[in-house]
Amino acid sequence: MRDVAIIGAGITRFGERWTTSLRDLCTEAGIAAIEDANVTGEQIDAMFVGSMSAGRFIGQEHVGALVADYVGLGGDLHIPATRVEAACASGGLAFRQAVAAVSSGMSDVVVAAGVEKMTDVGDATDVLAGAADREWESFAGATFPGLYAMIACDYIHKYGLTREQLAQVAVKNHYHGARNPYAQFQNEITLSTVMNSTLVASPLRLFDCSPVSDGAAAVIVCPLDRAREFTDTPIKVLASAQAGDTIALHDRPDFSTLGATVAAGNSAFRQAKLERKDVDFVEVHDCFTIAELCAIEDLGFVPKGTAGKFTEEGQTQLGGKLPVNTSGGLKACGHPVGATGIKQIWEVVQQLRGEAGRRQVEGAEIGMTQNVGGTGATVVSHLFGRV
Amino acid sequence: MVGIITYGAYIPRYRIKVEEIARVWGANSAEITGGLGVFEKAVPDYDENAATFSVEAARTALLRRPVDPAEIKAVYVGSESHPYAVKPTAVTVGEAIGATPVMTAADYEFACKAGTAAIQTAMGLVSSGMMKYALAIGSDTAQGAPGDALEYTAAAGGAAFLIGNDDPIAVINDTCSFSTDTPDFWRREGETYPKHGGRFSGDPGYFKHVLGAAKMMMEQRGTKPSDYTYAVFHQPNAKFPQKAAKMLGFTHEQIKAGLLVPSLGNTYSGAVPLGLAAILDVAKPGDRVFVTSYGSGAGSDAFDITITDAILDKIDRSRGPSVQKMLNTKTYLDYAVYARHKGKIRM
Amino acid sequence: MTVARFWREIPQRYNLVGTKCETCGSVFFPPRALCPHCRRDGKIVPYQCSGKGKVMTYSVIHSASDQYFDLKPYVLAIIELEEGTRVTSHVICEPDEVYIGMPVTSVFRVLDREGPDGVIHYGTKFVPDV
Repeated sequence: MRDVAIIGAGITRFGERWTTSLRDLCTEAGIAAIEDANVTGEQIDAMFVGSMSAGRFIGQEHVGALVADYVGLGGDLHIPATRVEAACASGGLAFRQAVAAVSSGMSDVVVAAGVEKMTDVGDATDVLAGAADREWESFAGATFPGLYAMIACDYIHKYGLTREQLAQVAVKNHYHGARNPYAQFQNEITLSTVMNSTLVASPLRLFDCSPVSDGAAAVIVCPLDRAREFTDTPIKVLASAQAGDTIALHDRPDFSTLGATVAAGNSAFRQAKLERKDVDFVEVHDCFTIAELCAIEDLGFVPKGTAGKFTEEGQTQLGGKLPVNTSGGLKACGHPVGATGIKQIWEVVQQLRGEAGRRQVEGAEIGMTQNVGGTGATVVSHLFGRV
Repeated sequence: MVGIITYGAYIPRYRIKVEEIARVWGANSAEITGGLGVFEKAVPDYDENAATFSVEAARTALLRRPVDPAEIKAVYVGSESHPYAVKPTAVTVGEAIGATPVMTAADYEFACKAGTAAIQTAMGLVSSGMMKYALAIGSDTAQGAPGDALEYTAAAGGAAFLIGNDDPIAVINDTCSFSTDTPDFWRREGETYPKHGGRFSGDPGYFKHVLGAAKMMMEQRGTKPSDYTYAVFHQPNAKFPQKAAKMLGFTHEQIKAGLLVPSLGNTYSGAVPLGLAAILDVAKPGDRVFVTSYGSGAGSDAFDITITDAILDKIDRSRGPSVQKMLNTKTYLDYAVYARHKGKIRM
Repeated sequence: MTVARFWREIPQRYNLVGTKCETCGSVFFPPRALCPHCRRDGKIVPYQCSGKGKVMTYSVIHSASDQYFDLKPYVLAIIELEEGTRVTSHVICEPDEVYIGMPVTSVFRVLDREGPDGVIHYGTKFVPDV
């Protein structure tokens, strides 16, 4: 098994991209990644594309082939392209497939991309509900925010959590997003904005929820020992982990703990032979504010039930003990579902290269990502380091 | 002896006051409540319909007395608001109580007397020895056109009666009917709201048939009104059944327990069934009950019933809600929300 | 939902018919053909749940799908049935009535209407058990 490195990364601006189609988004991110990696089309061996629901959003399946074609790699070059789906973890999982392809020796230079075009439908709610158990959750009245709201209700009941602590997650992520030129939202917000926003599913309000977004991101990987052919700043993949859980929230033993995050996190640290204190910053899956709190606890960074206080103290903001979601997270950077997992990795690359500008984590050496599908039925987690 | 083995009822929790409806249409609420004797009516929730009422009522019946649902070999549901024009409510009920697949089923329509027609059919199937138990239900989410007189009273609810001859709680001594082709109230296929003949619904409609069937029944049985403990008549408003009772010689004391319309409204096919259920909730062994329904179009079914000892020792009436309990469990709506509940707002 | 897909689930939606693993005693609703604990060693039989349970967690839904648009705001809950298995469903009550641990019992309601001309799907919801 070979070590794998990232040699380039690219991203589009996330947001409501009315004039841009799914193909346009892929081309934008793809070209950015290819130029960043200094590779040519002929050097690419394979592509994995994470996309949750192009079929429901724009009636398009066969997304692997479509994307490869429109980034110029399908026709003459006949590059193998595979669409990967694990709901909101599609991007992270696409990256894991790319890592496996290189690590195993099957391919050398592989693109891992993620894309979602969500604003072509009037209402994304029902499509997103497919990430849950359609028959026994969604059909029974569970909306996606409703499921995470029930997690929040359970968490509050077990551990206590103030409305301010929960809201601070969103405030902090907007603070970071305002320093990320590609983020959907460039504005900072206040606690009051979050706490007075419309109720979506109690206790979650509008500003506790990530938005509907269009966007794409791509990273390119190759064997570590070839990385310097392409870039002076390769980023090493220290661990690639994935874990699963019951699809329905109601089948979990503890609603406030995502068992798949615990398992994937443990697997990642074991592979990398690292400890939690070695991690300088982490990109987690804050589809809802409560999810970020559970994520940093379930990854083992803080004890269960304490993430709210940790956040309130400012420890997850730039300058704190563990900056979380310097990209702006899903909340402020946006959440084009299939793209998010790749965006998290793009952010890690910016940070580890020292190219994160106003949101740079000082002395960043080790970064981590956690990408969740549904209410935690799939979790993909990676650890990265400077070479 | 064929009779009622067990019974159950269902009334939804929402209400609208007649004075609120009158306010919207610029009518004089005191005149309306004074004229109809109805003060409020039951309104279904968005996720309820005649089928869900029927299931809840049937399940309450089965909760009260141990009955093997596999021995229920017929289900008939009478309503004028069956959820489908084609696909019977009766099989949904059968499925929900575990009586399928070995059963016959069909839906009935006869305006407000479809439920009692179902009881008569069930009696025939059981008395003939064809089956041990047959389930008869009257259930409705009646519609009144906005601004029409019927809107003040058209209400929602239903009751279920399991008919059999094995230790009934109430023996149905006899039934008879008086039916004619009379256009006092109708609804054409595809139309949302019924139409009616105004005052024509009175004498040539309600009174002719109710009195016709009632007198025929007492003649057949050789009885007089004072022989009965309770009487229940169809109740499109409070005035008609009180007038019919008086004309026949029944007292207000006798009809009180079964007269639900003042706080329930007219539940159409559920009306007499619910009135009978309310009586069964309080009846004692030996009580005699006189029932006459009315369905526009038109017809009346009369029943002569004697309560047996089984009402005390064979069923547990404390299981499942009583009619009074459900009448008193209520949440009021204003007209706008009521209109949404009844699908009167074009979306 | 298509005709067959919903019809197949009528015993579940109307009557809470799940399965039980006789090997370990676990009851599953919705039904599972394979016990996750015993897997191929588990002897699976049909099992009807009583409909009684209690609320484990809940949320009041203010932003609903088209299917439940008319009912908002409604209470969504995860309910633990007395057999030990959990279901996600509505609890029909005022939003301020619900609490963790509230006893509930099942009722029969309409879950979905496929437009004015499609099939009506019935099923089970819950009300406070008083």
